[in-house]
Amino acid sequence: MVRYILRRLLQVIPVFLGTTLLVYYMVFALPGDPIAALFGDRQPPQSVIDALRNQYNLDQPFWVQYGIFLKNLFTFNLGVDFTQQPIAASLARAFPVTAMLAVEALIIQAVFGIAFGVFAGLRKGKLFDSTVLVASLVVIAVPTFVLGFVFQLVFGVQLGWAKPTVGANADWGNLILPAVVLGLVSFAYVLRLTRASVSENMNADYVRTATAKGLSRPRVVMAHILRNSLIPVVTYLGANLGGLMGGAIVTEGIFNVPGVGNKLFQAIQRSEGPTIVVIVSVLVLVFVVTNLLVDLLYAWLDPRIRYDQ
Amino acid sequence: MRFSRTSKALGVAAIIALAVTGCGGGSGSNTNSSAAADPNKVITAYSNEPQHPLLPANTNEVYGGRVVELLFEGLRAYDASGKPVNALAESIDTTDSQNWTIKVKSGAKFTNGEEITAKTFVDSWNFAALSTNLQNNGFFFESIEGYADVSAVNETTGADGKKTSTPAPKAQTMSGLAAKDDQTITVKLSQPEADWSLRLGYSAFYPLPSAALKDPKTFGENPVGNGPYKFAKEGSWVHDQSISLVKSPDYNGPRAAKNGGVTFKFYTDPGPAYTDLQADNLDVTDVLPSNALKTYTTDFQDRNSTKPVANNSTLNIPGYNPNFQGEAGKLRRQALSHAINREEITKVIFNGTRTPATEFTAPVLDGYNDKIPGNDVLKFDVQKAKDLWAQAEKIKPYDASKPLQIASNTDGGNKEWIDAVANGFKNNLGIQAEIQPFAKFAEVLDLRKSQSLPGLTRSGWQGDYPSLYNFLGPVWATNASSNYEKYSNPEFDKLLKEGLAAKTPEDANTKFNKAQEILFQDLPGLPLWYLNRPIVWSNNVVKAETGWNGGILYYNIEAK
Repeated sequence: MVRYILRRLLQVIPVFLGTTLLVYYMVFALPGDPIAALFGDRQPPQSVIDALRNQYNLDQPFWVQYGIFLKNLFTFNLGVDFTQQPIAASLARAFPVTAMLAVEALIIQAVFGIAFGVFAGLRKGKLFDSTVLVASLVVIAVPTFVLGFVFQLVFGVQLGWAKPTVGANADWGNLILPAVVLGLVSFAYVLRLTRASVSENMNADYVRTATAKGLSRPRVVMAHILRNSLIPVVTYLGANLGGLMGGAIVTEGIFNVPGVGNKLFQAIQRSEGPTIVVIVSVLVLVFVVTNLLVDLLYAWLDPRIRYDQ
Repeated sequence: MRFSRTSKALGVAAIIALAVTGCGGGSGSNTNSSAAADPNKVITAYSNEPQHPLLPANTNEVYGGRVVELLFEGLRAYDASGKPVNALAESIDTTDSQNWTIKVKSGAKFTNGEEITAKTFVDSWNFAALSTNLQNNGFFFESIEGYADVSAVNETTGADGKKTSTPAPKAQTMSGLAAKDDQTITVKLSQPEADWSLRLGYSAFYPLPSAALKDPKTFGENPVGNGPYKFAKEGSWVHDQSISLVKSPDYNGPRAAKNGGVTFKFYTDPGPAYTDLQADNLDVTDVLPSNALKTYTTDFQDRNSTKPVANNSTLNIPGYNPNFQGEAGKLRRQALSHAINREEITKVIFNGTRTPATEFTAPVLDGYNDKIPGNDVLKFDVQKAKDLWAQAEKIKPYDASKPLQIASNTDGGNKEWIDAVANGFKNNLGIQAEIQPFAKFAEVLDLRKSQSLPGLTRSGWQGDYPSLYNFLGPVWATNASSNYEKYSNPEFDKLLKEGLAAKTPEDANTKFNKAQEILFQDLPGLPLWYLNRPIVWSNNVVKAETGWNGGILYYNIEAK
């Protein structure tokens, strides 16, 4: 078990180096001088621009820039962004907000997705099942930004149930609207996965045995059907958490959430290499770690799975 | 409740959602319009994270600028129409437009109690101009004698042929600037400039407390000023989120606050801000999402204003393009200008948020003249365009091997109007024309600086201070800082210089407009239109208005 975890963690190193190199190079290859772009039509004296280029090592060739970046990264010196703010501090502000948003979205999609999925799976072919299936298809078909604008307009502006944007007040309550929007699409997938899995397992031998033993219906559903049906669902949810953290750019934009997505969007607009790479690296780490946790969770859900061969 | 265009498209979905939740559309807005103004209520305003520490000498972008302008007060201030009025200055005198004597009002203080004297200004200006301090606004002092010495740089050429300039000042202070006593500043300019005192209201000329000069970076996080507002507390600037200002009780200048404070909320995109305004969750914005340009007057009935701004757009024609050189090139430039239907584009595409241009500056400026000889070249006239083009063909045939490209970044709604202009060229002149699209402004700027754009380029100017010269000198004078296409005409330069040396602002403006006649003859760029800045406000405020430069006059907003 420990060896397995170590091996998985060692895999992070090449993945990490590869992604940072790739992303850093892509930002480097963007045309246009990012420093000059900061000033628009009214350029400051050339000496100011040159001093800034020097400060951000933009006057160095690519490999030197990347080397300095790696060195700073491993000495935990992330430097400052183009607004002269420490990158570490601004990420420390943004990541908790996005994490809160992602976790809230994950809880919403997990709780509702699994609950609806189980009920639909147990009543396969009935009215509830068909309704849920059609509704989830609609949700999948509608792009996130459309859902976002509609929710914002209906619940934020018209009904006034929630503030239309989050802004400075990012807490669990204020994040509920964007969390629902963010979680809704995956909610439909979770629901469909659970439903398919449950309806398949309902006819499994061990379920028939359990029922024949005289176990109560709730116990059969919870301990036998659900637990065995959760493996694909948990895989999906785990993979999705990384996606939720990184894929919240659209939702964070619509609801003005001061999170990682917004930060990344701004950094891309300004061609801020270091900021972009740091954010992407952290997202890669989140992705790798959640995937590892998911794999470990399998053993609990299905004791037949062993890690050390 | 009215909807923006995006929301209309989503209307059906919204109605379904409403039906599902079983609720009608009744909203809580539009109710409290009769409440009286409350001078202590804090208003909220659209903004974004400032790009630099909040220091007047360094802040040259709009989101930091609007905060700095409320925190500080200079020798002069601009009223809503752009007219400079004395603020900290008792008097500003000159007899020859070159030697200036400024009397500073006594008793003025920063909110930390530090006194503001003539020396405060001299120190602040020397700090901003000194090249080793790397202040973005240092070049605003270029007219003062001795600026060349304090701003001197060393240019080195690297192995790859790239030039790098590093600060190498030959003096620490400007020789033309002195504090004669506590109340008197004397300024000697390196040449006469009649409109010099107009700029004294610009933020680069604000006084700085001594703490700012010692540690500008720390100071810029929690600035202490002398303006109508001050920071609500230490750390009022919550990065990536907001800046909170409150009314400064000690302020007694011309821009007294009519509300209790301004909280700038940061948005990375104007869309959510517009939605917030519809829900009265934000009080005022000066940036509308492009899809709201057609609907804001109905979305915010009686709560919008669209006023002219000192901001124009031109289409520059580089002199290095062989098609536009010589006599034939001149005729072609005129033909292009006649082939643009400015009236229709401003109406249909910009929905009235632009006004067709009549010259090279802007109508809100003192001295603006819409009857400058030669400006009939801006009239849409297909027949004339065709005739001029045909004449040019006789002199030298047009090289049509490549289509005529108009370079621009395509974000910010530029594509629509450029397509319209290109279609005008195509239909009226029979040439191939198209947009040369770039994802980012930086790319266009790089290519403009290195003179490697093949076709026309979109350009624009936003005034720093209300003066005709500010629209002509930095943009069209030989080797000027923003003259990227390197237009040069000695006669134009001479008239500008004469204008600067004129005894009165009126004489100066006559010369500047005379210089514009040369621009109309040469047509290095085609004036397109002037900006009218649309703003909207919530039900929580009585009304809002913009000043000469398009900035909202936050201090004038009454909350209710």
